[in-house]
Amino acid sequence: MGRGPRPVFLARRSYRRRRAMDAVRLLPVPGTLAVLLPALWQPAPRPALAVVWLFGTWAVLIVLTAVLSRHLAPAIEAEEEALTPADDDPAGGR
Amino acid sequence: MPFDILVIVCLVYVIGLFCVAFLAERRAARGQLRFLRGPWVYTLSLSIYCTAWTFFGAVGYAARSGLEFATIYLGPTLVFIGWWGVLRKLVRIGRAHRVTSIADLISARYGKSNGLGVIVTVISVVVAAPYISLQLQSVTVSFATFAAQAPEWGPPEHGSIALWLAAGLVLFTILFGTRNLDSSERHHGVVMAIAVEAVVKLAALLAVGAYVTWGLADGPGDILARIDATAREGWTLVPSRFAGLTFVAAAAVLTLPRMFQVLVVENADERHLATASWAFPLYLMLMSLFVVPIAVMGLERMPEGSNPDLFVLTLPLQEGQGNLALLAFLGGFSSATSMVIVAAIALSTMMSNHILAPAWLGLRRRIGRGGGDLRSVVLISRRFCIAAVLALGYGYYRFSGGGEALAAVGLIAFVGAAQVLPALLGGLFWRGATRIGATLGMMAGFALWMYTLFLPSFGGGAILSADLMAHGPWGIAALRPHALFGLTGLDPLSHALVWSLPVNAAVFFLASGLSFPDPMERLQSMAFVNVFDHGPGAKGWARGQVEAEDLLSMAQRILGAEAAQHFFQAEAARQGKPGFLPDPTPAFLTLLERELAGSVGAATAHAMIAQLTGGASVTVRDLILVAGEAAESKEHAAQIEAKSEELARTARALREANAKLTELARQKDAFLGQISHELRTPMTSIRAFSEILMEPELPPTARARYAGIIHEESRRLTRLLDDLLDLGVLESGRAQLSLSPVRLRDLIRRAIAAAANTRPERALRYQRDVTAEEVVVTTDADRLLQVFINLITNARKYCAADPAVLRIGVRRRGSSVVIDFIDNGAGIPRREQALIFEKFSRLGEAPEIPGVGLGLAICREIMVNLGGSIDYLPGQGGAAFRVVLPMTCPPRPGEGRKVPPDAKAVNRS
Repeated sequence: MGRGPRPVFLARRSYRRRRAMDAVRLLPVPGTLAVLLPALWQPAPRPALAVVWLFGTWAVLIVLTAVLSRHLAPAIEAEEEALTPADDDPAGGR
Repeated sequence: MPFDILVIVCLVYVIGLFCVAFLAERRAARGQLRFLRGPWVYTLSLSIYCTAWTFFGAVGYAARSGLEFATIYLGPTLVFIGWWGVLRKLVRIGRAHRVTSIADLISARYGKSNGLGVIVTVISVVVAAPYISLQLQSVTVSFATFAAQAPEWGPPEHGSIALWLAAGLVLFTILFGTRNLDSSERHHGVVMAIAVEAVVKLAALLAVGAYVTWGLADGPGDILARIDATAREGWTLVPSRFAGLTFVAAAAVLTLPRMFQVLVVENADERHLATASWAFPLYLMLMSLFVVPIAVMGLERMPEGSNPDLFVLTLPLQEGQGNLALLAFLGGFSSATSMVIVAAIALSTMMSNHILAPAWLGLRRRIGRGGGDLRSVVLISRRFCIAAVLALGYGYYRFSGGGEALAAVGLIAFVGAAQVLPALLGGLFWRGATRIGATLGMMAGFALWMYTLFLPSFGGGAILSADLMAHGPWGIAALRPHALFGLTGLDPLSHALVWSLPVNAAVFFLASGLSFPDPMERLQSMAFVNVFDHGPGAKGWARGQVEAEDLLSMAQRILGAEAAQHFFQAEAARQGKPGFLPDPTPAFLTLLERELAGSVGAATAHAMIAQLTGGASVTVRDLILVAGEAAESKEHAAQIEAKSEELARTARALREANAKLTELARQKDAFLGQISHELRTPMTSIRAFSEILMEPELPPTARARYAGIIHEESRRLTRLLDDLLDLGVLESGRAQLSLSPVRLRDLIRRAIAAAANTRPERALRYQRDVTAEEVVVTTDADRLLQVFINLITNARKYCAADPAVLRIGVRRRGSSVVIDFIDNGAGIPRREQALIFEKFSRLGEAPEIPGVGLGLAICREIMVNLGGSIDYLPGQGGAAFRVVLPMTCPPRPGEGRKVPPDAKAVNRS
């Protein structure tokens, strides 16, 4: 990635990337609700069910994050490259 | 499993860890960092979150309270899956500002206030001591569990095991945690070792879990059925407590000093976060996966009353699985040691940067500024702090008696560490957060935590009396530690959490809103909150009256001579100046401060530069910047300033060149006078004595004497003319070089012997490192010898110190050798440093010393011919010359000889 000629539809790709950023920022919210759910169920569920639910959502969250992070890694890469000269020269902002 | 085998395996394992750390350090020293600093090692190093409290304690926790144990790992999971928001900003700030610890981050954010750094350090140390003692205890107890199997060994004395363990950890941490004072503050050996330990503890827990699930039970389905059958009353999840614990764990992963160390300080690349964002939650999930099965099988199979905290170890032991138990033991050992090592490094950095170093600086300022290498002071204080941290943990272990009370310590520590959270997050996202708000908020939260949770945790009567616990101080029931203002119906932990954090946050917001930040705070708040905007950042330094040479000599004491000289040279080159001394522009000062902050922390670095520049660090321009004036006028002003700065620099360069030319012209006249004089004096005496020789009746003895004088004088003439011719030949590049391999040690020895003739009545002591001089270079030995003799002779002539000492340092740097000649005399004044290599220059007026001022000019030409260079090295406390020589003299490409541009520039100017 990042080598060779840039694709023509850069705008579309960066648009997708921004949505992926939004998704990563928001993921903890549904994540929190999902892991708190077993404690909120009334009447209290069978412990085995809670265990299965908890580890199931845990695995789903991990997979979702892995997929989203793969989308975002190039974004950081681009940023690191853009940042490196600025890192070397703090006066470059002028 | 015999006990002695356990001891042997344990020792082998420890030696293996030392080797891993050592090899990693060596590879890092060779620059092979790719694997060492990959995303996987980074993720594994984060696993110090899972301490012995996880490894042994999670199963015990699950046996007592069911699924609630998972909150401790769900909290960090939620933080990591949302990494783009908080973690990325934290890591970016940490790298941009060279943050060395969480205390450093907080202190830097709130105007580089050291007071805040001290508060965070104190909180962290108080929180960590019980936690470290918990690790010592877990290893001690697991040892004892094995020893109980081998009665002939007798029960080992718990205290002595803990003591040996603590001593070993101090040794390891000092060896690999304080090897050097790197401005990036990264410890490759330590990180690699804890990554290996992370794999061991995960493998151990998975192995025990797999054995329990498929060996003792009939697979997952059977386990689930048994979970339902074993479920107890305590297993019902309480929503408020479940949510509260998840929150506390999420906070702790950000604020625990050891987590901050691996997460931010040791981070080598922001991209690694993208991998860790899912791989670390995966690690946590795998660590938790078999916790409930092990707890269930333990409850089922182990005799009534056995300690559930040790099921991971005792269950395989009881089932006769000695090797599995051994693996479990190593897993627990790894969890405990890796946590203690990183915690000790993090805490010692904080203690030494925020408490010891400022105290030392304050003390020194009172006594007066002295020289000396500050680095060794900082390193020694770090080592001392590491020992102190471990001693504190051990002391706590002895004091608390290592009882069951320690098991609760993990969560208590989490709540304590979470008190830093409002100041941390506020600092990251809210421009309005102020130093006063952060100070008051943290102090309030910390005090509440102490009163409602930490002190009562020692048990009634230990610190708080039983009477106070039951009825409150002075009988005021509203102040009971476990039911503050009548808040009952909560367990002590939730109670403390509900009081301390909201009060902390409320005080923080209120006091921030009501107070007014000083300029430095506002600059820093902008730099932190807007870190992604690539903005100008806090340029805190006005153009001071500071001398670059003073800055260099200070930086050398902190960064080390080599690193500091390299940094200054690079900066000078960027400003377009030769040599080691850049102009002390605000941009340069800011950069230098950041470089120093990487070693001693932001507050101390700021204080040190302020000491040299004389305070006033924030200019009106900076304030306009902060106030956020119209971007247009800002840019305009910046442009004008950039232009005027450039003009000023050009004007300064011209002025310097002019001064140099004037001085050279004067010196040239003086030289012509000098050389006429030098030529005429021998000529006069030759003429006079030859006239006497013409007298016929001269006794033969007198005749011989006069002829000798004539001979000596004509030799002097010849020598002078030889020097001039030599210089001419060297300058034109027509000098013949005869290259041969030669050992520097021999050359220096010969030079010292040859120079002994000069002013033999003076004693000059030589400081040499003979082993470093064992370098063989291919060069023109005679020419190089000439340079050495000249430098040593100069020291003999001009170094007026008593006793005079000349230090000769030899160091390899890549494909060249650096040879420094540093004496302890008065040095050469700044004004004349630029001139000494010029042909006709003689420093000052030292008429009693013979010579015509050609020596250094010849030296420079020789070094250019040999493909190297010779420079004056400022800021060394005396006259210092640096000779840089290629290991192999480059062959000359015919007539078009390449002169290093540097030398050429000096030549022509």
